[in-house]
Amino acid sequence: MPRRVRLVAQGVALGVVVLLFVLLAWSLVRDTGGDLAAAANRGERPEAPDFTLERLDGEGALQLASLRGKAVVLNVWASWCLPCKDEAPYLEQVWRRNRSRDLVVLGLDAKDFRMDARRFVRRFGLTFPIVYDGPGSTLDGYGVTGFPETFVLDRQGRVVEAFAGAVNSAEDRVRLRSAIQQALSS
Amino acid sequence: MRLVAPFALVALLAALVGSSAAAGRPNAADLEAELVCPVCETTLDQSSAPVALRMKAFIRARIAAGDSEQEIKDALVAQFGPGVIATPSKRGFGLLAWLLPLAVVVAALVAVGVLVRSWSRRRAPPDEPESPLDPSLERLVDEELARFDG
Repeated sequence: MPRRVRLVAQGVALGVVVLLFVLLAWSLVRDTGGDLAAAANRGERPEAPDFTLERLDGEGALQLASLRGKAVVLNVWASWCLPCKDEAPYLEQVWRRNRSRDLVVLGLDAKDFRMDARRFVRRFGLTFPIVYDGPGSTLDGYGVTGFPETFVLDRQGRVVEAFAGAVNSAEDRVRLRSAIQQALSS
Repeated sequence: MRLVAPFALVALLAALVGSSAAAGRPNAADLEAELVCPVCETTLDQSSAPVALRMKAFIRARIAAGDSEQEIKDALVAQFGPGVIATPSKRGFGLLAWLLPLAVVVAALVAVGVLVRSWSRRRAPPDEPESPLDPSLERLVDEELARFDG
């Protein structure tokens, strides 16, 4: 093989390897979702990624940033998720007890059929606002790896506490109440 | 014959309608291989996640209701987004997924062509004229041959 052709082939191969490394680094830097819950649980308060999603409980869309000034309990759920069924009545209680204190429980139904989600809402008598994200495009930003997950946001939209899995145990519920207090007092 | 003809016509029409319905009716197994479970991100036929089971039930219900394959896909895209289709779109950015392999094949063919050309050039016998025999050597050969003949 002529020296020139060999040099070009080696250059192309090296370029492809460098490109793959750049892509890998970019995806690692971009995928900060997992760090959001970890940072919150270390006591930091990372900013919750904003989103605008269609409302499942009514017309139009809801932007997370529009809730600034209020504490938010953001609960990611789906109708096919079994632990979500145990958790939903408790979240409704949290909403009813705290709505007058500037707390919003916001349901985020993802990777689900709208009709199934609406049936779920009726079955459990949920009255808090719920948004719908069928493709689940907001989940990566929050580092959601399973259903349900719950994030408590303070009045500035920062994550105070994150729960992977249902908030069903007594211990988790104490943690949730404490996080809500922190979020409201911020 | 007059009595048989209407029956034959009806039977023929029924067969035609039946075959066209069978040809147009979507197949659940085919659809499950072309659609992706949004949770586990494998095709539905490979998944037993709760949402995948629900999607399979949806597909069967829509087939029973008479929906076409495209209508079922559109309904699922409306719920779960375009990522639910296993094959990339043939428009916009998705087109890249179809064109890139072709571009790679073409580039590989070009590269092979260039290499083959360079190899064949290097190994081709040189087009040098046949070197003439040294006159003294030629004379010596002639003398030897003459002696041999004589």
